Amino acid sequence: MTAATFAAEGAAASGFPLLTALVLVPVLGAVLVASMSKRRPEWIKLTAILFSVFTGAISVWMLGSFKTADAGFQLVSKHEWISSWGISWHLGVDGISLFLVVLTGVLFPLAIVGVDPHHDEKPYLAWLLLLEAGVMGSFLSLDLFLFFVFFEIVLVPMYFLIGGWGHGKRIYAATKFFLYTMIGSAFMLVGIAATVLLAKNSLGRVTFDLVELANDSNFAASTARWLFFAFAIAFAVKVPMFPLHTWLPDAHTEAPTAGSVVLAGVMLKLGTYGFLRFGLYLFPQAARNTRAIFLTLAVIGILYGAIAATMQKDLKRLVAYSSIAHLGFIVLGTFAMTSQSISGGVLQMINHGVSTGALFLLVGMIYERRHTREISALKGIQSVAPVFAAAFTLVMLSSIGVPGLNGFVGEFLVLIGSFLTARWWTVVAASGVILAALYLLWAYQRVFHGEPDEDNKSFAELRWKEGMVLLPFIAAIVFCGVYPKPMLDRIQPSVNALISHISDKTGYVEPQPVSTSQEAHP
Amino acid sequence: MNLAATPFIAPSIDWFAIAPMLILLGGGLVLLVAASLTPPWPKHLYSLSTIAIAVATIVVVCFQWGRISDTGARIIIGDALAYDHFSMFGIIVVCLALILVSLITDDFVRREGMDGPEIYGLYIMAVIGAIVMIMSNDLIVLFLGLETLSISFYVLAASNRKRAESQEAGIKYFVLGGFSSAFFLYGVALIYGGTGSTNFGRIIASFDFVSLQRSDSMVLVGVALLLIGLSFKVAAAPFHFWAPDVYQGSPTPVTAFFASVGKMAAFAAMLRVLVIALPNWKDDWRPVVWVIAILTLVIGSISAVVQTNVKRMLAYSSISHAGFILIGVEAAGHVGGSSAESRGMPSTMLYLLIYAVLVVGTFAIVSVVGRTGDAATELGSFRGLARQKPLLALALTVFLLAQAGVPLTSGFIAKFGVIQAAVDQRSYALAIVAMVSAVIAAFLYLRILISMWLADPEAGDDTREALRVPASTAIAIGFCVAFTLYVGFNPGWFIGLSETVVNVASSASGG
Repeated sequence: MTAATFAAEGAAASGFPLLTALVLVPVLGAVLVASMSKRRPEWIKLTAILFSVFTGAISVWMLGSFKTADAGFQLVSKHEWISSWGISWHLGVDGISLFLVVLTGVLFPLAIVGVDPHHDEKPYLAWLLLLEAGVMGSFLSLDLFLFFVFFEIVLVPMYFLIGGWGHGKRIYAATKFFLYTMIGSAFMLVGIAATVLLAKNSLGRVTFDLVELANDSNFAASTARWLFFAFAIAFAVKVPMFPLHTWLPDAHTEAPTAGSVVLAGVMLKLGTYGFLRFGLYLFPQAARNTRAIFLTLAVIGILYGAIAATMQKDLKRLVAYSSIAHLGFIVLGTFAMTSQSISGGVLQMINHGVSTGALFLLVGMIYERRHTREISALKGIQSVAPVFAAAFTLVMLSSIGVPGLNGFVGEFLVLIGSFLTARWWTVVAASGVILAALYLLWAYQRVFHGEPDEDNKSFAELRWKEGMVLLPFIAAIVFCGVYPKPMLDRIQPSVNALISHISDKTGYVEPQPVSTSQEAHP
Repeated sequence: MNLAATPFIAPSIDWFAIAPMLILLGGGLVLLVAASLTPPWPKHLYSLSTIAIAVATIVVVCFQWGRISDTGARIIIGDALAYDHFSMFGIIVVCLALILVSLITDDFVRREGMDGPEIYGLYIMAVIGAIVMIMSNDLIVLFLGLETLSISFYVLAASNRKRAESQEAGIKYFVLGGFSSAFFLYGVALIYGGTGSTNFGRIIASFDFVSLQRSDSMVLVGVALLLIGLSFKVAAAPFHFWAPDVYQGSPTPVTAFFASVGKMAAFAAMLRVLVIALPNWKDDWRPVVWVIAILTLVIGSISAVVQTNVKRMLAYSSISHAGFILIGVEAAGHVGGSSAESRGMPSTMLYLLIYAVLVVGTFAIVSVVGRTGDAATELGSFRGLARQKPLLALALTVFLLAQAGVPLTSGFIAKFGVIQAAVDQRSYALAIVAMVSAVIAAFLYLRILISMWLADPEAGDDTREALRVPASTAIAIGFCVAFTLYVGFNPGWFIGLSETVVNVASSASGG
């Protein structure tokens, strides 16, 4: 606690632009890595690790400097960028983005340390660091133009990572990923331009500043609906929501392990985060009016993802489909628009990043050993590699949402929060929790139980290095499951602020939990 | 309108105002005459003298820019030319393109065994034609510029005498180009018939008279024919069919010249004719431009995807870029005239500047990869480029991503500019069609990137001629990369520059 306050004072006193550093340090690392000589691969790797760890350290320092009870944007840095178009370099962090930034900062070094790309390490590491900068920028931007720049620039490193270091149909998967996401962004770009130019009437000037637009703009209801849809398409592709999800199984499956970890861990959250930050915040009325569409698609995604995951033959594809289901819960919570459901959604973003990131790492380890991910080719691993199996079990249980582990907290909050405002959607969605147990436990049973056959007899036990990479994940899974309060304390104020912003703008009254809801729902 | 009664008075000539053309004309003629009277010059010298001429022109333009800022834009030489920031911006773009193209031509002509001053002379003449088009304030003057430009272009397309494709490109361009010039000229005649003048100022002033005399239909047919002629020059659908063949067949540096100088001149002429001369008919021509823009965007991007030759791909991509630029023209058409409110004209000019640099850089690399004979432009020729020449591959990656409109490159700023202009005029459909077709076109750029970075090597790759990046081409590519990234990161100054182009010399004052 003293360290945290000290850090906070230090940051405030020196005015060190923490958030700008979060974006620029990885870029610097990428440039440095790209310009190093290929003959000393160990130096290249060391540089990449140092820069990503340094970024992670800054993000943890930022967590320390964060003022818990403050709902607004903190550590803001704002500079003119393209003044003739009203665009500024405007970064800030609040409870909604705080842990996503920390997750990004921590996940990247682990992915870099934990996964070996096998060839062309230099460009691989450079692309990963650039990707980190792009993701950081997207979570921190408070300027529509700046956000779009980061949101779109993220595609390029990911495209090259999937295409260059992926498996099987890597080029097909990379191209599909790029074009799908770009189609979504195409609508968002027009939406951004329209939002800004239409807001000129009520603001009196052209600005891309998110906070100004959200507070002072005043759109006609039908206009706002179209603008909201333009943004929503981009986010729905990114999440991905049914029926725009088809890029995800391919991209996840063919991506290299580090790519999958980052893709599932943080990049999908760009979509759900975007809904909160740019959907609900900018167009509260439109989001409320059209919420039935998004709730329905979220619930379809939950069921569809779970059922499709059950049927998969490839372990990595199974995890990919499970992401569709999990992200469905987050969207459900977002559009249910109660303080509990949104907090649960934000928490679930982090939880999904941790558990699915770890799952992809574990599947990657299986692939390293056996060079296959076919469920039918794997058998009885538990008896030859018990520690590995134990780690897998814990991560899997967190993904299922077993109480005591992190997945439960987020899912439970989403479900009880959503029950107040979106009762029947929640009832259907709750069955997704059971389906998650079905597909994961069944897969576990087929892969780990039984007697190992010839091929699986020599399955190597978890190595030290692998264990050290997994340890932070497991620690986070248990800690958040047992004691989520420190996280919720930071998330809650910003979520409440968002809800009261929606109330101010639309006259929406958040229903209170059961004890006082007798009057509201007679 | 008793035009015939006016006695002829020789117009006073503002020599300083037309200095850019005089420098280019004098320099070009000296270069041609001196080079033909002397034994072959040492290498680089033809190209260096061309660059020196272009640099001198840009320096003069910078002085003129300041003078226009002080004293205001005006019409010069008997209302024939407009002396304003719009012209100066266009001249800077074509001269910049001339410098870059000369740099990449230098080694190319020696590699192909066609070294000599002719190609540079033709470049310079074409640029003079382009400047006349950009500055024109009269349809006849515009036509003179157009023909000067076009005739140089026809010869340039056919300038590689050893390759049949080049000859074919020249003939195709000549026949189709002549046809389109005829359309344009017929349009000029009808406009003259309808309004009684070819001068922009008098065309505007004649509007009341035209609507009273009910000779509107003749003007409208004239506008349609002018649009056909100009659409041909900018390679807008459905008048784009010449572009892929000509782009593919012409020597690669010449293709870069067509795509940069040709586009700039033709679009400047289009803005002059439509927005400045015919704002009174804007409600008639704007829907046509709207349709042409949509067709161009969709046809350009979809046809690009199925090509296998990179030069052809880039030809179609230049068509789809023309569609984007037309969006700016359409947006400018909503306000018409020289209203400072419009984002249309600045965004169009900014797009042209950015695209000129981008396309020259791209074709510079294609020219290097084309190897001796300028023929290795199939997609497969780019296979493994990342392994052989990583920096070259990186540069091409920057150009292609910029053309696809990825942020932090100049291409994104250009696209965002025209999209903003369209959205500002509530042309949402146009903006969305444009962005979606940009995604389709992105697939084409990805295909080249895949071939460079990701494709597995095939048998026979090692037997290909080794790639050689000459110093002059490297300088041009380096400049283009630096420009593309700089504008992507810090476009403020360039946006400000482009916003001054709305200060067009008032045509009405010449009437």
